[in-house]
Amino acid sequence: MSQFHFSIRTPAKGVRGLGSAKSGTEHFWRQRVTAVAMVPLALAFVAIVICASTRDYESARALIANPFVAILLLLFVVTGAVHGKLGVQIVIEDYIHHEGLKVAAVIANILFTVVVAVAAVFAVLKISFGV
Amino acid sequence: MAEAKSPARPAERPLSPHLQIYSLTWTMAMSVIHRATGIALYAGTLLLAYWLVSLAAGPAAYAIAQDVFGSVIGRVVLFGYTWALLHHMAGGIRHFVWDLGYGFDYKSRMGLARGTLIASGILTIVIWVIGLSVG
Repeated sequence: MSQFHFSIRTPAKGVRGLGSAKSGTEHFWRQRVTAVAMVPLALAFVAIVICASTRDYESARALIANPFVAILLLLFVVTGAVHGKLGVQIVIEDYIHHEGLKVAAVIANILFTVVVAVAAVFAVLKISFGV
Repeated sequence: MAEAKSPARPAERPLSPHLQIYSLTWTMAMSVIHRATGIALYAGTLLLAYWLVSLAAGPAAYAIAQDVFGSVIGRVVLFGYTWALLHHMAGGIRHFVWDLGYGFDYKSRMGLARGTLIASGILTIVIWVIGLSVG
């Protein structure tokens, strides 16, 4: 470190949200928070799918329309979309070294997750509100 | 630093060793599989969206979706998806253990690596036994 480093700010100040990249540990932290949430949500999702698999069209709709089921599904879809977007972005940044391709892939990743999540959320809401 | 001359041609320094250099270990395999299952789950969200949208669209669309998911290929894909989900979950829990600062010694990390595979395999089979017996 430089001898002119007289600031009373500790290095922790730099990584808490606003490091040199102005995003600090945000990506890592979001990845972990969504991961924690995904454990119970994924187990709930598996249970919901098993329940739905035994039902015909009308009763499957009734299951998804149940507020508890719908809320769990919505949380699963949104949390999973954010978690997946973060994870795949890391993979893209690790393996795609051409700058243009990398930026294109990062954008495609965002668009893909938004489209899939919006479609799934809309479907659950449509079923829930019975329209 | 200031005295370092930049050579006309960069020296042929060795690249850092990568997958093809090391022999396969449990922890390496689980690391690769964690990424692979993550990418598979990401792609598989299309199936989830398709299932929900077809249910929202109406009985005719849902009947097609039921045929797709109920077919042999559909069931194999769903079985694989179940395992990918549970293995990625088990791998995630392994990462939580590491995040908390535990499990870095040889015995622990080998146990965690084998444990994730065993846990995900058993859980997948249990879930499918339940799923097929209630269906």
